[in-house]
Amino acid sequence: MLRDITIGQYYPVESVIHRLDPRTKFLGTIMFVVSLFLFKSFWGFLLAGAFLVTVTTLAHIPPKYILKGLRPMLFLLLFMMIFTLLMTPGEVIGEWWIFTVTKEGIFAALFMGLRLAFLVFGSSLMTYTTTPNKLTSGMESCFGFLKIFKVPVHELAMMVSIALRFIPILLEETNKIMKAQQARGADFESGGPVKRAKAMVPILIPLFVSSFRRAGELAEAMEARCYHGGDGRTKMKPLKYHLRDLIAYLALIGLIVGCIFIP
Amino acid sequence: MSLILDKISYYYGKGTAFESKALKNISLSIPDGEFIGLIGHTGSGKSTLIQHMNGLIKADSGSVYYNGQDIYDKDFKMTELRRKVGLVFQYPEHQLFESTVIKDVLFGPKNIGLSQLEAEVAAYGALRAVGLPDDLIDASPFELSGGQKRRVAIAGVLAMSPEILILDEPTAGLDPAGRTEILSLLKSIKDEKGITIILVSHSMEDVAEFAERIIVIDDGEIKFDDEPREVFKHAAELRKMGLEIPQCTELMSRLADAGLNVDRSCLTTEEAVASIMNCLGRTGSD
Repeated sequence: MLRDITIGQYYPVESVIHRLDPRTKFLGTIMFVVSLFLFKSFWGFLLAGAFLVTVTTLAHIPPKYILKGLRPMLFLLLFMMIFTLLMTPGEVIGEWWIFTVTKEGIFAALFMGLRLAFLVFGSSLMTYTTTPNKLTSGMESCFGFLKIFKVPVHELAMMVSIALRFIPILLEETNKIMKAQQARGADFESGGPVKRAKAMVPILIPLFVSSFRRAGELAEAMEARCYHGGDGRTKMKPLKYHLRDLIAYLALIGLIVGCIFIP
Repeated sequence: MSLILDKISYYYGKGTAFESKALKNISLSIPDGEFIGLIGHTGSGKSTLIQHMNGLIKADSGSVYYNGQDIYDKDFKMTELRRKVGLVFQYPEHQLFESTVIKDVLFGPKNIGLSQLEAEVAAYGALRAVGLPDDLIDASPFELSGGQKRRVAIAGVLAMSPEILILDEPTAGLDPAGRTEILSLLKSIKDEKGITIILVSHSMEDVAEFAERIIVIDDGEIKFDDEPREVFKHAAELRKMGLEIPQCTELMSRLADAGLNVDRSCLTTEEAVASIMNCLGRTGSD
């Protein structure tokens, strides 16, 4: 069950998208997200959808795998769609008790659901194809200008990448803890909400203890290698743009222009 | 009481880029009151295999029978199986969570529906069986040493009075003294309670002394399933799987290769000494 959570994990295959510069992918994701909010018609979704399909195919990631990663989002998505559906005023086409469904509501809910799904799909494509290390250096250089305002850009980027790196480790750990407690007869699936919440205690406490231990060990290991933050730090593999990045940027600009001018 | 695994296969990470076959067509029969050593290199599938034995992992094909009942049957009570087949995982940190040792050991017995009194009897009995000093019973499990934590973890499973006790690498991370203690503890638990013990390890050294049967698993397949003496005869094949035979057996086998008339299959230092003495034409008293 926990193995299904794949958001933010790196999917190790070889592809042109994986080889793209992390800055391209990071800025590209932002550009893609912006483009999602530029159009108002159905044709825009077709364009954005075609873009997503192309990138997924190029990245050699099974679409099923990404869709599985969206599953935890499903509840939130449905919740927001239902609200929009019932709360949008306009031409009434159906009424039941205190609920009214409007034509505008249906479209608004559909569009919002699709936008959100595209948004998560698009951004998870970035994390699937970029290792946490590369993502850090990409983010660091994209936000580098903030250093003028004394924002600790390097440290923030490092924190994000550590957090991403630890998602699978903690999931694995949770899995092991659950099994160890199940072996002692623990039951996480039956009973009411209170009983279920109580059943989480034997998982959460070992998980907390081990997270703190891991954090301490990581900090020590970083100190032992004289880590002192971003100042004066050079890179073993400096980021370099290639021709493929130029092509990617052109495609992204094409997407934005397309989204603006679509009917 | 017996556990039978019939042609079990399991895939890891099915349907993703990480897919690989973890277990290949494994058949095993685990009778009562045996001390079994399950040996395999890291990643050989041994941890996956033991989780099939109490139903934590469901096989992709094949079946598991407990007392003749198919555990994948809809009306089979999994909690009953978890109670009878106790599994102690490698890291005690994964299961200790209560504020005191005794409360933690009570967790299992209470889950299987024992009354407070019955559960306490079981818990104190289990703590005594693992030889934890009495003054630590009300200590926090997080303040214990590595060896003590492991004892508490074993007690936590033992308190559910299992008929088969499976331990995943119970000696990992312990010093030689702690290792010997845990191993002889397991031997005495087996002798006293007459339960089957399955000791999972990557080291032959661990199991050579006590195991009556050794199962060697490599790359998801069972390579040997026999008495220790028989298994250790295949030193070259074992080495290919990244496994070492016990130092003592190794030494005797080299002596025999060098032309001495000694017994190749010695498992313990005592046997080896006797065999060397015998070869030199002396008795142990010299």
